[in-house]
Amino acid sequence: MLNPSIGLILWNLIAFLVLLFILGKFAWKPILKSLKTRENNIAESLASAEKVRAEMAQLKSENEALLAKAREERAQMLKEARDTKEKIINEAKEQAKLEANKIISDAQAAIQQQKMAALTDVKNQVGNLVIEVAEKVLRRELGNKAQQENYIKELADEIKLN
Amino acid sequence: MVAKRLKPLLVAAFSLGILIFSNISLAQGDHGHGAASGHKEEEKLNPSEIILDHVADGHEFHFGKITIPLPIILYSPERGFTAFMSSAFHHGTEAHNGYRLVTREYIEEHKLNEGQEKPLFEANKIYAVDASGKPDASISVLDLSMTRNVVQMLISVILLIVIMTRIAKKYESGVGVKTAPTGFQSAVEPIITFVRDEVAKPNLGHSYGKYMPLLLTIFFFILINNLIGLIPGAANVTGNIAFTAVLALVAFIVIMFSSNKHYWAHIFWPPVPLGVKFIMIPVEIMGIFTKPFALMIRLFANMISGHIIILSFICLIFIFGAMNTYLGYGTSPFFLALTVFIYLLECLVAFIQAYIFANLTAIFIGQAFEGGHEHEDVPGHEDPVVI
Repeated sequence: MLNPSIGLILWNLIAFLVLLFILGKFAWKPILKSLKTRENNIAESLASAEKVRAEMAQLKSENEALLAKAREERAQMLKEARDTKEKIINEAKEQAKLEANKIISDAQAAIQQQKMAALTDVKNQVGNLVIEVAEKVLRRELGNKAQQENYIKELADEIKLN
Repeated sequence: MVAKRLKPLLVAAFSLGILIFSNISLAQGDHGHGAASGHKEEEKLNPSEIILDHVADGHEFHFGKITIPLPIILYSPERGFTAFMSSAFHHGTEAHNGYRLVTREYIEEHKLNEGQEKPLFEANKIYAVDASGKPDASISVLDLSMTRNVVQMLISVILLIVIMTRIAKKYESGVGVKTAPTGFQSAVEPIITFVRDEVAKPNLGHSYGKYMPLLLTIFFFILINNLIGLIPGAANVTGNIAFTAVLALVAFIVIMFSSNKHYWAHIFWPPVPLGVKFIMIPVEIMGIFTKPFALMIRLFANMISGHIIILSFICLIFIFGAMNTYLGYGTSPFFLALTVFIYLLECLVAFIQAYIFANLTAIFIGQAFEGGHEHEDVPGHEDPVVI
């Protein structure tokens, strides 16, 4: 049992060497190569997936920044619009006030003018009346004194009536 | 699902079946032996002979009553090459072509070894016969026969080549590279990656790729022969020292070719105090040879012991049966259970021993070419655990 036969050793040696050669050339080499390729592929795929993920994250953050900027711009625009609106309204009010003042002042001027005209007219009429009265008085003076005074009284009453 | 649940049951039933079959074949073989030799003496159970005959090499396969003859190839300096089938010996009862298979019975019958200081003839070996028909041990005969170990080993070689090249073709066609491995590929691939990642890479560092074919071949060659050897009736290839010696020799040669100056410096000028050096140097030199020697003995002893234990348990049934038939029947379930247990253990050992052999080979190769500087700061260089 412990003394191996030479024949068996020889056969074993030949078989092992043949096996080593054939498997080494036709089995282990392609298998190990394929396994290596696959592992490299997997590693590469993982790396590229990681890269894509990072890119996606970057893209997302960029998008968010863009969105935030857009939002800010919108707010800005709204604010500007509101400001413009208020400005226009204020300007319009100012304008209206000015117009109104002008109209009022014009109206006052016109009233004043008319009043002056009326006054002038009144003065003229008063003058005329005075002249008339004076004329009449002067005409009646030649008659009766008492009548003259009555007449003046009458005239004076007439003026009162006016 | 059903098939999955059924599988272990089927395996268990099959294992039990072949165990019982081996049991029967053993019994029948026993009867056959008895019939051959039992003419003059009464049939007697000799377990050690039965067991050793079963674990040893032989010139024919026995499956119960069926005997498959194998080719005999002999070389003798005087007579040249001779080749014929082992059936020509008629189980050692006849000489053929000037050669005779000397059996144990024949040695006893003709008292060949009597009066010799050292036994001249070994049982179950082929010797040349002289003109009178008597075996002559002085004529040297080189037995190059295709014994059952050789035949079975060649079958395992062919099996390995077929399986592995088919798997390699599959890989080359892209299956398992771009897609998931399929079929038997997925059974072999984890073992290959295991050998690469757990055996080669930790022990051999960057140059592991160079040794991968060797380690894979050693691993699978041992594994397939361990597994085939577990089939009842099959030869016990890995439990034969010739097989393990060849693997150890290959390992030794590879270790020698991988060695660098650090390795030899460590052996001839070990980093120990001067006085201890003179003790250590012979030890280290011995260590060169004990490493492969331990590889050889470990695999051989582990595999043969498992077979011997299984056969012993089965023989126990017959020993008890010889005492009392009912005792034999009564104890048989117990021994069968033990046999099944050891058998399953052996299935595990088949893998473990293949792994250990490959792993230790890798460790020894790694030690042979690693730089010396790691050792100098580690006091008391530690050898790997040798099981």
